[in-house]
Amino acid sequence: MAKGFVPNIKQLPKFMKEDPGILQGHRACAGCGCAIILRQIMMARRKPIVIANATGCMEVVTTIFPYTAWRTPWIHVAFENAAAVAAGIDAGRNKLQRAGRFSGDKDISVDYDVVALAGDGGTYDIGLQALSGALERWHNFMYVLYDNEAYMNTGIQRSGGTPFGAWTTTTPVGKKIKGKPLTKKPIVDIVVAHRIPYAATVSPAYWVDALKKFRKGFETEGPAFIHAYGVCPRGWRTDTKDTIKLSKLAVETCFFPLYEVINSEWYLTGPSLTIAKNPDRKKPVEEYLKLQGRFRHMMLPENKWMVEKFQELVDENWEIILKRAKNV
Amino acid sequence: MQKVVKQRMMALNGDEAVAWAVKQSDVDVVSAYPITPQTIIVERISDFVHEGEVDLEFIKVESEHSALSACVGAAAAGARAFTATAANGLQLMFEILYITASLRMPVVMAVVNRAPSGPINIHCDHNDSMGARDAGWIQIYCEDAQEAYDSTIQAFKISEDPEVLLPTMVTLDGFLISHTLQNVSLLPEEVVHEFLGTRKVQRIKVPEIFGDKEVPLMLNPKYPLTFGPLDLFDYYFEHKRQQIEAMERAYKVIERVHKEYAEISGRSYGNGFIEPYKTDDADVVVVGLGSTMGTAKAVVDELRGEGKKVGSIRIRVFRPFPRELLRKVLSEFDAVGVLDRGISFGHFGQVYSDLCAALYGAKDAPMMIDFVYGLGGRDMPQKLLKKIFEEVLEAKVKGPEPVFRIRGVR
Ligand SMILES: Cc1ncc(C[n+]2csc(CCOP(=O)(O)OP(=O)(O)O)c2C)c(N)n1
Ligand code: SF4
Ligand SMILES: [Mg+2]
Repeated sequence: MAKGFVPNIKQLPKFMKEDPGILQGHRACAGCGCAIILRQIMMARRKPIVIANATGCMEVVTTIFPYTAWRTPWIHVAFENAAAVAAGIDAGRNKLQRAGRFSGDKDISVDYDVVALAGDGGTYDIGLQALSGALERWHNFMYVLYDNEAYMNTGIQRSGGTPFGAWTTTTPVGKKIKGKPLTKKPIVDIVVAHRIPYAATVSPAYWVDALKKFRKGFETEGPAFIHAYGVCPRGWRTDTKDTIKLSKLAVETCFFPLYEVINSEWYLTGPSLTIAKNPDRKKPVEEYLKLQGRFRHMMLPENKWMVEKFQELVDENWEIILKRAKNV
Repeated sequence: MQKVVKQRMMALNGDEAVAWAVKQSDVDVVSAYPITPQTIIVERISDFVHEGEVDLEFIKVESEHSALSACVGAAAAGARAFTATAANGLQLMFEILYITASLRMPVVMAVVNRAPSGPINIHCDHNDSMGARDAGWIQIYCEDAQEAYDSTIQAFKISEDPEVLLPTMVTLDGFLISHTLQNVSLLPEEVVHEFLGTRKVQRIKVPEIFGDKEVPLMLNPKYPLTFGPLDLFDYYFEHKRQQIEAMERAYKVIERVHKEYAEISGRSYGNGFIEPYKTDDADVVVVGLGSTMGTAKAVVDELRGEGKKVGSIRIRVFRPFPRELLRKVLSEFDAVGVLDRGISFGHFGQVYSDLCAALYGAKDAPMMIDFVYGLGGRDMPQKLLKKIFEEVLEAKVKGPEPVFRIRGVR
């Protein structure tokens, strides 16, 4: 492990060189936004971390026996239980620390932060119960949802996190039904309803904002939840060079506002706060949609209503967040 | 040989006996979800924790799936982890059962046998744990509360042995054992501590990353390891082979732990694998699992009184299946009645089919008849069991057909 953990951003390159936590050479697709999130989690560490990873793209692309991209203790058990596995690690760590069990063993440390890492499928859908239980029990861990808005690992099927209109292999664009008829589950609302001390959204394009939030997540006593926006060029049918552009547009159009929820109080951050104060800077969501193959059908004249509907959904959500935000 | 230690006698039911074993076994993390007839276990452990009588983390999870998942997390973190469940709960864990074994996590679980739904039922049969027999767990079936206590303590030692590193299921019959009071001898806590020690962590070599260094096999920032990677056709099979071999090595460890435990407690259960009763000169025997085999002893006595040469054999360890031993032992008899409190629909009871496989091709193999009984907690009174013995005696003369018989059913 590196000598010190990132006290300021200037030392980051050195820190990440000495102790990357995750290495390059994994098998994520070119332009994968989710892989960037993994690095940003590593950049924000205050001490070593242990990761419980749900089944999904990030699990699969970072490991295949006998290879691993991880230089941090990491465990994958199943798809729906990242939060439960993290809960067990938290409990084990607490007991071992309290008992001083390995204090005489210089090869072992039980001083670390616990991270649960899961995709949208592993969070909105199949993992929601385990997540809710772990939040209610107030485990000391940070749950990171990397949201690529579909089941990518199994080949792009819709999830509770897939947005309205999006093409997936289970919401195909047919003559009768075009893409997903419904919209995203308000996952942060659900999480915040547990009245946990810290929740936030991050987009990898705004990396300083993201690092600060991950860091706060680590520092939180009790459960913290980070909803990270993760472009998936493969599943979204986007150009690999557009990943950061899309990560910006998602925020600039207010499709994916950046905020934090501290003890149930909402605060906009970064560009989202700027837009809240200067509403004319909010870009039309079409700019975001038109770069993505999964929304291509919505660009046809006869489907114009879908873009309008999408815009309405974005506006509605943005209004709700504006009303909640304490700092606007 | 060590001296048998002085013990305290307490009136406990089977669930409480298990809870006491957990209390005394230096368990670090318990993660469990209530289900009849296991509930008393989680209630008693909660009492111990809330009264400050034991220092363990009790994660009161929201489901059995999470219960076992959290045990896996805790065990990977280097903790000793325990859970308990029954029927539907065990079935909800199904996915994680396999993963626990595959990750080689020495988790111990009490399964209080209950008939699986549907229809929903709360009473004993063995179809729940039998459904999990292929998951890679060691399975010990207990006859009474005392054995449930003893076996739970032994289970930690067996599972954590570096030669084994497999999870263990200790099963006890729902209500018949879990809810009936018995005088149970408890070892002094310090004796259990000395017997088990705290959870040790195995060391392994990962030459590609850590060279010659032997590193602790746990989630540990000093030597970060990856647990549970994707593993396809090029390595998966070798990992399964390791599991197969660990199960084979477990025979020796189970035997040794049973013997060491007998030395301090004065209690043993046959040779640890099977418990024969009055079989020396027997012509026919009845073989089975769990509390029914206590009843069988009484029936054997009764029939012996009538001059019939009968005996009984209780199988205690069902996985790894003591196949060599049973092949040898059962070949001594003319006819064997197999008691199955479970059924593989479309086939035989599980004990019967495993025994047939174990005895395949044996020169002096006995005739064997399967008696499926007791599903959903249907009683097995002495009278019925006696009739089954008589059927086996009759088969000795008339032949075994039909080999599949259902008894105690309307
Ligand atoms: C219990 C169970 N059901 C289904 C699957 C198949 N499966 C594996 S990953 C996955 C989708 C993962 O989606 P998500 O959580 O969004 O992660 P992503 O792959 O998109 O990163 C599915 C359906 C599984 N592994 N386990
Ligand atoms: S499919 Fe998508 S999420 Fe998965 S590795 Fe490729 S780009 Fe990343
Ligand atoms: Mg996904």
